[in-house]
Amino acid sequence: MIIAERKPLPEVLGMLDASNEIMVLGCRSCTAICLAGGEKESKAVCEALALHSELKGKDWKVETVTVERACEKEFLTPLADFKGTVLSMACGIGAQVMQELCPETRVVPGVNTSNMGAPEGMGVFVEKCAGCGDCILHLTAGICPIARCAKSLLNGPCGGSQNGLCEVSKETPCAWDQIVKALERQGRSDLLGVNIPPKDWRPSRSGGPRRIVSQEAAPGTAQREWRGEV
Amino acid sequence: MSVSRLQETLNTGRFAVTAEIGPPRSCEAQHLREMARMLRGSAHAFNLTDNQAANVRMSSIASSVICLQEGLEPVMQMTCRDRNRIAMQSDVIGASALGVRNVLCISGDHQVFGNHPQAKNVYDLDSIQELMVLRNLREGKNWSGEALPEPPQLYLGAVANPFADPFEYRVTRLAKKVDAGAQFVQTQCVLDLERFKKFMRLAVEKGLHERVHIIAGVIPLRSHKAALFMKNKVAGMSVPDELVDRLRKASNPKEEGIRMCVETINELSSIEGVHGVHITAIAWEEIIPRLVSESGIRPS
Repeated sequence: MIIAERKPLPEVLGMLDASNEIMVLGCRSCTAICLAGGEKESKAVCEALALHSELKGKDWKVETVTVERACEKEFLTPLADFKGTVLSMACGIGAQVMQELCPETRVVPGVNTSNMGAPEGMGVFVEKCAGCGDCILHLTAGICPIARCAKSLLNGPCGGSQNGLCEVSKETPCAWDQIVKALERQGRSDLLGVNIPPKDWRPSRSGGPRRIVSQEAAPGTAQREWRGEV
Repeated sequence: MSVSRLQETLNTGRFAVTAEIGPPRSCEAQHLREMARMLRGSAHAFNLTDNQAANVRMSSIASSVICLQEGLEPVMQMTCRDRNRIAMQSDVIGASALGVRNVLCISGDHQVFGNHPQAKNVYDLDSIQELMVLRNLREGKNWSGEALPEPPQLYLGAVANPFADPFEYRVTRLAKKVDAGAQFVQTQCVLDLERFKKFMRLAVEKGLHERVHIIAGVIPLRSHKAALFMKNKVAGMSVPDELVDRLRKASNPKEEGIRMCVETINELSSIEGVHGVHITAIAWEEIIPRLVSESGIRPS
């Protein structure tokens, strides 16, 4: 899932200064699970904005709507006629899809979108995947060094690994310490001595914004070619 | 055939001495030149660090060339933190064209420890991949496979930290570096001799001492506070309590620190597989000539 965290209220207020009609747009998917921008958080922000408006005499008209998945146009289409400012509590993807749907409207971010990760205990969310586009988990015992090593080393651990911890933060386990131990546990010690060569970063962000076409689903030539129809 | 004095020294079985020089924080070339003159003759080659501890300093390329001009042989450090494979190859080709031969391949200290913690790091390559790329370059091809009419002449080094974890894997990782192209290896400063001996035993068992020249790191400590700093603040260090106590109880800690460093050098020179020492005297470079004289390892 996508992990995000709420922006501090003063920063949000700064973005909304010139507005009069505001819609706080929540998402029931990822940002709801990481407690940043679901229905509950969006309502709380909406109430804070209304209070601020009242105290400062802003005369803002504030409402909140939470959709199932803000990254899919279908769920946002009913909101397309909105003319005020949208404060998006969805991830950066949801905010941009809303913006594409309402090109004349201002869509501003209510959260900082951080990473792709998983919940790890109450209220703790940890990054797991860097979306590099060329997965090597089969070589690293199911632990991603790109996302979980501070230097993204493919042949770690570096000299700063001690007692299983990363030198960068004592709260962070050393991913390579975990990989070495997991490979031994999984009976894959043979991989420990193998050098992983420089990575092809083209499937990653280095190749520019990525576009993936599903051959099964995409209409048109590509699909027909895939089926062997042309 | 040797491309550098360091390579020739190691290949002919002599005990090599290398020492570290921290480049200046600004354009103080004169200061660097004076230090180079002061250190001339104290070591076979001198490491020029590459923005060590992720603090901005004069580049290791420029510092290496200044040292060359002063008659010192440089070991140019090149971190993966600040350059991708394009910059890495370009910098090394340029440095070689200017006369630099020894290159030390390192991943580099993470930027959070330096004066620009906001920086975006690169790590397109890691230190092992850097060795692969630079060996390839020396053999006449850039990483894309294009042939080089005049390849760089390089003697490739790596680092090893016997005091980091997981301990046994450190020897495997050293072997990986040798496989990738390391011809010499400089280790993290040895303060914990017992652990270092254990590491060397494992390396010798694997036959690594016959495939790569291992140069053991040493550091003279000026006080028990310096020792405590190394123990508590520097990641990947092992500092025994006895050593801290010995410095604390000494009437002249500086002299005691020098004595301890000389003792360590003597012990290291008798360990199987150790082919030299690397002296890191942070902000105390002027002590290097005395250390090599007193331990009897001054290059002839």
